Amino acid sequence: MVASSAPPIADVSFALALPLLLLAPLAIAGLALVNAGLGRSRSAAQSVLGSLVLVSVAVLVFALVGATFADGASGSGHVFHFSGIPWNWAGTGPIALSGLSSSPMRAQLTLLFEFLALSLAVLIPWGSGADRWRLTAGAASAAVLAALVFPLVSHWIWGAGWLAQLGLNFSLGLGFLDVGGAATIHVLGGFSALVVVWIAGPRRGKFPKEGLSTAMPGHNAVYILAGCLIALVGWMPFNMAGALLWLGASPSALPGTAINTLLSAAAALAATLTVTRIRFGKPDASLCANGWLAGLVTSSACASLVTPLEAIFTGLVAGVAMPLIVEFLELAVSIDDPSGAVSVHAAGGLWGLLAAGVFAPQQGQFVAQLIGVSALLGFLLPLIYLLFALLNRVVPFRVDPDGERIGMDLHELGGGAYPEFVVHRDDSFR
Amino acid sequence: MKYAGLLVMPAGFFLTLAAILLFPAPNTRAAFVACGIAVEGMGLAVAIRGHMAPKRGRHGQSLGREVEGGEFH
Repeated sequence: MVASSAPPIADVSFALALPLLLLAPLAIAGLALVNAGLGRSRSAAQSVLGSLVLVSVAVLVFALVGATFADGASGSGHVFHFSGIPWNWAGTGPIALSGLSSSPMRAQLTLLFEFLALSLAVLIPWGSGADRWRLTAGAASAAVLAALVFPLVSHWIWGAGWLAQLGLNFSLGLGFLDVGGAATIHVLGGFSALVVVWIAGPRRGKFPKEGLSTAMPGHNAVYILAGCLIALVGWMPFNMAGALLWLGASPSALPGTAINTLLSAAAALAATLTVTRIRFGKPDASLCANGWLAGLVTSSACASLVTPLEAIFTGLVAGVAMPLIVEFLELAVSIDDPSGAVSVHAAGGLWGLLAAGVFAPQQGQFVAQLIGVSALLGFLLPLIYLLFALLNRVVPFRVDPDGERIGMDLHELGGGAYPEFVVHRDDSFR
Repeated sequence: MKYAGLLVMPAGFFLTLAAILLFPAPNTRAAFVACGIAVEGMGLAVAIRGHMAPKRGRHGQSLGREVEGGEFH
């Protein structure tokens, strides 16, 4: 990773990175649309409003508190020495973004990148908690992620933290590489989603007394599939901006990054379509959409590091694995994850990070990626569980049974998303 | 059981950290880092088993009880 001592970003890169980052919110919009479509019609308004609320809370908390710990531009940090090696584990930036306008161009771009990454990360668990996760609890968890968890991981990986310096301190390639946010956005979001579904529990009627789990399909396939297309428009520039910022890539390398992003998503979609066609007789629209997203998530880790053929391969693997993991989690492990975030973002992100290590030409890069994955699995997931379990005692995650029965829209907002439509009786409350 | 699994996972992480400090040789280091991840994987598996436990009785039989929400212990 580019350490804080990296040279100031060139003017041409700045001129490219800024407009690329301004397109990235389309990825956030796409994901919000996918989340809304995968939930039920009686929770659609709460889902979309919740997306706005979570993003707002997260960016405010990050600006006031989190950015201080995430900071890597000031060149310093909370460092302890062990075995003669510096372990930089948290940033020491200015509080509440003071002095932002006079900070170097690179620092400002980094901050914008982190704001967008955080906005995407907090939306991932929101989809998994659909139809039963209270808006207040969602906002509180977004605040926790923005204040503590995201800044820590972001500093470790993007802010010259100990993972970024694995290359310098242990001769492990370029250090842990996460160019497009596969770890800081998707694995973090996916693990948060897993913790939310653990704590909130399944939707009522999802796992009935007898028989298999009840299918609760998303209410609007058009939202889901359109969201995927919109997400692509945001994803490609985000990956390209990451390549400029974290790899110091030259502008001539950017089209390749965009092409690899598209190839990875396309290969994953084709693979998921084939798998669902074989398993269920017909392609499944929502699983195919999740396959597309899994390909995009995989590309976040390795689009700027691999060749087009390798991008297709990583996408294919993600596309084959995703529906199988969804099925395993639901049928074998009784995890009710309406948006499939655990399979798409956590599993897809981990696979992408490992694939980046496999295909990167640097000596020791794969071990650096393994160490990063180990930190995510062994530190991040338990930390998120601990924080969310404590938070659940203060702000209960799950809505009361009556609220779940009438739907989150009526219960939390007092009105539905489709007031002129007749919503049919819910047969899952048998 | 879920908490036991979640406690095993940081143990795997510390094993990984120990590996990069104690083993400069690339192959040994890689092997021990992989072991650390394997321990984390086992912790995750135990945590997931703990998540599944309420659906089964003492002898592995289904209790026939619908899980209706709240924390899914």
